[in-house]
Amino acid sequence: MPEQGQAESPLGAERSHQTERPHQTERPMIEIRDVTRSYGSFKALDDASLTIKEGEFFSLLGPSGCGKTTLLRMIAGFDNPTSGLISVDGQSMEGIPANRRPTNMVFQSYAIFPHLNVEQNVAYGLKRLKLERSEEKRRVEEALGQVSLTGLGKRLATELSGGQRQRVALARALVMRPKVLLLDEPLSALDKKLREQMQVELRRLQQAVGITFVLVTHDQYEALAMSDRIAVMFGGRIAQVASPKEIYQRPVNRQVADFLGGMNFVKAEIVEESGASLVVDTLGFGRVKTDRPKAFVRNGGAATLGIRPERLRVLWDNATAKFEVAGKVVERHYFGEITHLVVEIPGLEKPLSVTETNDFGADDIPVGTSIRLAYDPEALVAMAD
Amino acid sequence: MTGMRRFLASGWLSAYAFVYVVFLYLPVIFLPIFSLNSAATPKFPLSGFTLKWYQDLPRTPALLDAAWNSLVVGVSVSILSTVLGILAARSITRYRYPGRRAINGLIMAPLVLPEIIVAISMLLVILQLGLSLSLLTIVLGHVLICVPYSMTVLTAGFEGFDRSLEEASADLGESALGTFRRVTLPMVAPAIVSSLLVCFTISLDEFIIAFFLTGTEATLPIYIWGQLRFASKLPGVLALGTLLLAASFLLMTIAEILRRRAARRTQNEGGLHA
Repeated sequence: MPEQGQAESPLGAERSHQTERPHQTERPMIEIRDVTRSYGSFKALDDASLTIKEGEFFSLLGPSGCGKTTLLRMIAGFDNPTSGLISVDGQSMEGIPANRRPTNMVFQSYAIFPHLNVEQNVAYGLKRLKLERSEEKRRVEEALGQVSLTGLGKRLATELSGGQRQRVALARALVMRPKVLLLDEPLSALDKKLREQMQVELRRLQQAVGITFVLVTHDQYEALAMSDRIAVMFGGRIAQVASPKEIYQRPVNRQVADFLGGMNFVKAEIVEESGASLVVDTLGFGRVKTDRPKAFVRNGGAATLGIRPERLRVLWDNATAKFEVAGKVVERHYFGEITHLVVEIPGLEKPLSVTETNDFGADDIPVGTSIRLAYDPEALVAMAD
Repeated sequence: MTGMRRFLASGWLSAYAFVYVVFLYLPVIFLPIFSLNSAATPKFPLSGFTLKWYQDLPRTPALLDAAWNSLVVGVSVSILSTVLGILAARSITRYRYPGRRAINGLIMAPLVLPEIIVAISMLLVILQLGLSLSLLTIVLGHVLICVPYSMTVLTAGFEGFDRSLEEASADLGESALGTFRRVTLPMVAPAIVSSLLVCFTISLDEFIIAFFLTGTEATLPIYIWGQLRFASKLPGVLALGTLLLAASFLLMTIAEILRRRAARRTQNEGGLHA
C-alpha cells in the first residue's frame, strides 16, 4: 500500500529546494526527438519526445518494462534508437560511442572494478586525460569528499558496504565532470533507511555540483522527493511530464494517478465544459466544478474524478464543512502514525479510501460507525477515462 | 543435519573416509619411499636411504630428451588450449545463440570418450591426411583433451562477470581495447593462469594419446613405459615418477587456488549485500 506513511508529505510542506535552483537554467541539455527503439515487433520505446533542462534533476518513473532504462541507456550510448534523435548540449549523439559522450553513469549494480581499490576506481576515467599526478590526486580527493568517503581511498571494493559502493560509483562518475549524470535505479539495492538518507544526499549533491541528473526509478516516492520534474512512462510511452506536485495532484489519467499512490476514482457526467473549468455531476459528491486540466481530452459525456485518500478528512461530532459526503466505515487499518479507513458512500459503486492522521483518534473509530467526510473541490481532479 | 552429525559421531563415516583415503594414496606413498631405498628391487624391509637414483637422473641423455620434449609439448598445448578455451568460454558465457548448449556439450565430450579410442581415431585421421607422426601430432591430440578442462576453468572465471563492468569502463571514456586490457584481462587473469597450469599438467602426465601419436621422439610417460622393461631401471623410474607426481601436485594446487580467487573476484562485486 504505497499511499500509506508518506501520503501527506508531497502535498503538505513546500519543499525548499524547489525555490532555490542555483544552476538550473532554461537551456535544454538533453533533447529526445521522436525516439523509438524496436526489438523485432516489440517497441521498448515508442516515439518518445522530451526536453531536459540544464541543471535539472529529472526522473524517468515507471514500472519495469516501461522503457525508462532503455531511454537512459540510449542517452549513455549503450543502445541506439531505431529512429529519432538524441542530442546532449546541442550536439547530436548519433554515431557517437559511449566512451566519447559527455555523460557518465551510475549503474544499478554499481559496477565497481573489484580488482582496484577505491582511489583507483575513482581515478579510472581520469587516467586517459593524462593529468598531472597532483591534479589527478586533487580531483580524486575532491570527488571522495563530495560523497563523504574521505580516508577510504585505499580500501578494496570488496571491503565496502552496499552504501559505500554506491558512493564510490557516484564519485567515479562525478570526477569526470560530466554534463549529464545518469543514474540507473541507484538506490534500489539499499535498505529502506539508507535509501531515504541517500535520497536527501543525492539531491543535496546535485544542488552542490549543478550537473544535470537523470534518474531512472520505479519508486514513486524517490522520484517525488528528489526531482525537479518527472516523466511518467508506461509501455514505452511517456504519459506525463511535470513537476512532482503537478504529477501527484493533477495526474493526466488513471494509470498515472494509480502509479503515484492511492486514488479514489468516481464516475462523473460532464454538464458543462469551458476553457479552464469543468462542471460535472457525480453520484456521491453531487455537482462539482473543477479545474479543466490542460491535457484533458473529452471522451463522450463521461469523465473520471479522482481524489487522494489524504484529501478526505473525517468530520468530528458537530463540525461541518462546506463540502462533505456521508457514509459508513466498513474497514479500519492501523499503520502507526495514520489510520486507513474504508468508507461506503450511498450511490458510489466503490467505497472511498481515507487516510487520517491519528492525532484525533481516527484509530478508535469503530467499524460500522456513520461518519461524514470533508473535502475541498480543488482536490478533485478530472481525468480522461 | 542432525542425523548426519549423529552418523559422523558414530564413527562409521570417519572410518570409511579413512580407509578410502588410505586406499587412494597408499600406492602414491610407496613411490617416494622406494625411490629413496638403496636396494634395486622395491620390497620391504627397506635396505637403506640413498639419493643415488635421483643423482643418476640428469646423467641419462634419453631422459633429458624426453623431459625437453614433454616441456615443449606441454607449453604448446597449454597455450593453444587456453586460447581456444578463452574463445569458447567467452562465447558460452556472454552470447545467446541457437545450438549453444549443443556446442558446449560437444566441446566437453572428449572428457568422457575412452582415451584409447580417441587416440586410435586421431592416428587414423593423421595417417589419412599424410602427416608424419611427431611432437606436433601429440600436441594436436593433447589440445583435444585439454580444451574441455581449460573451458571449465575459464567458464568459472567468466561467469558472473558483470557486463556492466565493461560498460562502466566505456562510460568512463576507455576504448574497447583499453577496456579489455584494464578490466577484462586483470579480472580473468587468475583463471587464465589456472587454465595454463591445468593443461600443462594434463599434457605432462598423458600417456595413451602420446604413445599412439608420437614418432621417434618420446615424452616422459613414454620414456617411463620404455624403462619398465628393464628391472634394473626400476628405481630410476620410481625417482622420476616421484618428481612428476610432486610437480603435478604443485601445479594443480596453484591452479586451484587461482581458479578460486578468480571465481571469488567476479562473484563478489555487485554490491547487493549491503
